[in-house]
Amino acid sequence: MIEAVPLVLILVGLTAYVVLGGADFGAGLWQLLAGRGPGAERIREHAHRSMAPVWEANHVWLIFVLTVLWTSYPEVFGSVASTLSLPLAAAGLGIVARGAAYALRAGARDVREASRIDLIFAASSVLTPFALGCAVGAVAAGRVPVGNAAGDLLTSWTGALSLVLGALAVATSAHLAAVFLAADAARRGERALVDAFRARALAAGIAAGALAGAALAAVRADAPRLFDALTSSPAVACVAGSAAAGLATLALVAARRFEPARYLAAAAVGAVVAGWAVGQWPVVLPGLTVEQAAAPRDTLVAVIVAIAAGAIVVLPALGALLRLTLAGRLVADAPDPAIAAGAGVEAGSPRAPALAPRGAVAGLVAGFGLLTVADAGWAHAVGVVSLFAFVACGAASIVPGLVAGRAP
Amino acid sequence: MSTLLAAASAFPPVEQAHLLEARRMQALSFAVHIPLVAFGIALPAMVLVAEWLGRRRSEPVLLAVARRWSHVMVALFGIGVVTGTILSLEMGLLWPGFTATFGSVFGLGFAIEGFSFFLEAIFIAIYVYGWDRLSPRAHMLAGVPIVVTGFLGSLMVISVNAWMNHPGGFSLRGGEVVDVRPVEALFGNPYLWHQIVHMYVAGYVVAGFVLASVYAWGRLRGRWGPYHRAALAIPLTIAALAAPVQFLVGDWAARQVAVLQPVKLAAMEGLGTTTRGASSHLLGWYERGRVVDGIEIPHALSLLAFHEWDAEVRGLDGVAPERRPPVNVVRVAFQTMVGIGTLLAAVGVAFLLVWWRRRRLPASPWFYRALLAAGPLSVVALVAGWVTTEVGRQPWVVYGVMPTRAAVTGAGGVPAGFAALALTYAGVAAGVVWLLRRLARRPLPEGLEQAAG
Ligand code: HDD
Ligand code: HEM
Ligand code: HEM
Repeated sequence: MIEAVPLVLILVGLTAYVVLGGADFGAGLWQLLAGRGPGAERIREHAHRSMAPVWEANHVWLIFVLTVLWTSYPEVFGSVASTLSLPLAAAGLGIVARGAAYALRAGARDVREASRIDLIFAASSVLTPFALGCAVGAVAAGRVPVGNAAGDLLTSWTGALSLVLGALAVATSAHLAAVFLAADAARRGERALVDAFRARALAAGIAAGALAGAALAAVRADAPRLFDALTSSPAVACVAGSAAAGLATLALVAARRFEPARYLAAAAVGAVVAGWAVGQWPVVLPGLTVEQAAAPRDTLVAVIVAIAAGAIVVLPALGALLRLTLAGRLVADAPDPAIAAGAGVEAGSPRAPALAPRGAVAGLVAGFGLLTVADAGWAHAVGVVSLFAFVACGAASIVPGLVAGRAP
Repeated sequence: MSTLLAAASAFPPVEQAHLLEARRMQALSFAVHIPLVAFGIALPAMVLVAEWLGRRRSEPVLLAVARRWSHVMVALFGIGVVTGTILSLEMGLLWPGFTATFGSVFGLGFAIEGFSFFLEAIFIAIYVYGWDRLSPRAHMLAGVPIVVTGFLGSLMVISVNAWMNHPGGFSLRGGEVVDVRPVEALFGNPYLWHQIVHMYVAGYVVAGFVLASVYAWGRLRGRWGPYHRAALAIPLTIAALAAPVQFLVGDWAARQVAVLQPVKLAAMEGLGTTTRGASSHLLGWYERGRVVDGIEIPHALSLLAFHEWDAEVRGLDGVAPERRPPVNVVRVAFQTMVGIGTLLAAVGVAFLLVWWRRRRLPASPWFYRALLAAGPLSVVALVAGWVTTEVGRQPWVVYGVMPTRAAVTGAGGVPAGFAALALTYAGVAAGVVWLLRRLARRPLPEGLEQAAG
């Protein structure tokens, strides 16, 4: 059973990416559709300000999915990535464009310029979720055979199920983004923005619901085996749960309860992913079961241990980031507000650390002797540490004097 | 040798007309990612130094420096994230044979790296967006994990690269890996240590000289006040100290390569035949088994690589011609790195001497002109070093185990993907240049602007 544990973690990561990364792409879509004029600029600005502090962390979920996949089920990753190279490459380029937009916006002189930068890159916000949806559709439809580029490079991901899932990914992203942005606007007390994003959340949510229905029909046509599984126990419970969660989300949005709506929307996505996994079990790719695809046991154990340890460190940090964001303590500000002098931790003139220069010289001499002249492994290790001490002590001797000293 | 041949036949070459394009695409993706990584490694530490000094001394100038750099840091980190995502996708898009066969051996490193990036992204957000709303102490504490994860993330990827250079921790049976010991493969590897130390120090050399060269440019054009002086002094000091260290670490790296990958060393030095008391050549070109038109330094190679006057150094004739890397690419890249490394160390030592005698920054405009060149040159050295390592490993993707030809994708369209990526990256590069100029031109906050001089 250990063979399935990384798969569960991958699916959790995938859900998190759809929900969190999806909200980021959705925000880009709303920037694209905002139109012109001051109202549109306010919408773009809001979408940027709310997403900027969290988008990098949101995208790491994709990295998580990829790395755990290629470590735990190497053959699956190799087969999927080679056959689906086109949609995956498109998704990658879209991610580059999206990230570039965030980075470049820091250089914008005013809101209008920033708004233009958002527009240039906004198309990528549609491209990436669509391409990834198509790729998922290809795997679900069983069009990715095992092997290095063994499937058709084009038709494997252009079937009905792929296209519908691509559209569904775009609509879901738009919906999630609108809910998130409405919640954020409510926290800031910006009524006009709340109304604007509430309407968008409802529209996108209804579209996503309709597309989900279409997806079910596409599964029936494209992947009859999966359809049978999805319409019988236990997967049917997931499908029904997802539909219920989706409807409840819409009701909550209509009632302006945005925060709980976000969690229900996440649950709706998670239930679909779970239903897919249960419906396909135990087959990952045609003729390849989870057990056959899994890496050797020692690797799986190492991965699971690493993820558990990582989660212990990362989850509290992620929680802190979320809390600070929700409390409005992280703001995408200008780089140079008026700077209050005298906000020192422990004001007082620093003593020139007289030991530091001697430490630097000692570190350099020891480092040279141990790393360059000596040959033993332990000597190299101590030598490297000595050289690091040289840099640290040297900087401690030099920097304080230069930043305050006489101008040459 | 026979075991190598047996291993190679376990992985038949893939039908792929565009292996060369795939390799170039990989190289391009790295050449874009790796300079950003240098900033991810070193910039957080420099920002923290500036903030810490600024707070201790209630020095608004230093706090303004820290704040501006932190905005550069988050922008560069963002581009590091997306270029890194491209690299992750390429592991499958370009080299599915490699990942599908060995993912279970080396993947753990990337999985841990993923967590390290998580932490980095979280704390960068808290640090950069929390300037005004967190207490000074909490704010600085939020900066510490960024420094730590910059190291941890690098250690993890480098452990993968070191494993590709010196694979272990698994056995092969009929083209399948069995008996995988991932922890041993990644961290019990003698190739890891010089690589991580050399790369980590390179981060400080590159970020330090690039930042210093930006302010050197300003100074040459008359932009010079307390703000600029502080913003120049911090990265310059760190780079000046790190550059001589890098020289010593590079020498250590070469000795490790001599023992663990003799073929790579022979290519780096253009040594055609196994020789006792081998000499080294400056410049020149490798032709028909020897270096022509170079300046010969007798016995230097034996001395440097093995610390012995007459040590035997293995030449390229130790392996069949189709198992040798393209010698001149490796050799020119290596000489470029070493040449630039020497110049950078000289710039650093010049600065340290002026400081030693006068306790101030150098005054000569020539120093600042040299500094201006040092920034871009350090990036060239960084990429040249990686070309040495990666091309020197050819024709193997996993040294002595899997040839690159067996790792490549069987899918078509590699040249198209390459072209798309090159265009996108050209656009991103133009954008980054625009961004950095914009950030640098922004007027300083009230009260910090000082007349030139
Ligand atoms: C600022 C960058 C920089 C500078 C100034 C130098 N290097 Fe370097 N070098 C790198 C940046 C680099 C690197 C980070 O790009 C590499 C690629 C792989 C690695 O671990 O570090 C590298 C690799 C590398 C290798 C191959 C290691 C391997 O394949 O395992 C050797 C032998 C050297 N270097 C030696 C030197 C020497 C003798 C230098 C003397 C001046 C030097 N390097 C300066
Ligand atoms: C020598 C090699 C490498 C080093 C030292 C290195 C180091 C780093 C560092 C320090 C970062 C932090 C981001 C930044 O500060 O810009 C980063 C980002 C990243 N790197 Fe690399 N990297 C290397 C190669 C690779 C490779 C081979 C891959 C994948 C196959 C990769 C994937 C990534 C990813 C996915 C990110 C983004 C992390 C995030 O989402 O936060 N890197 N890298
Ligand atoms: C941990 C980090 C790295 C990993 C896992 C990695 C992995 C790979 C892989 C899988 C290939 C293709 C197979 C091959 O040609 O052997 C490759 C080739 C290459 N990589 Fe790396 N690499 C890393 C770091 C870097 C960096 C930082 C650079 C910087 C420029 C670089 C430059 C290249 C080049 C130039 C090639 C093409 C070599 C050739 O085919 O002649 N690599 N690398």
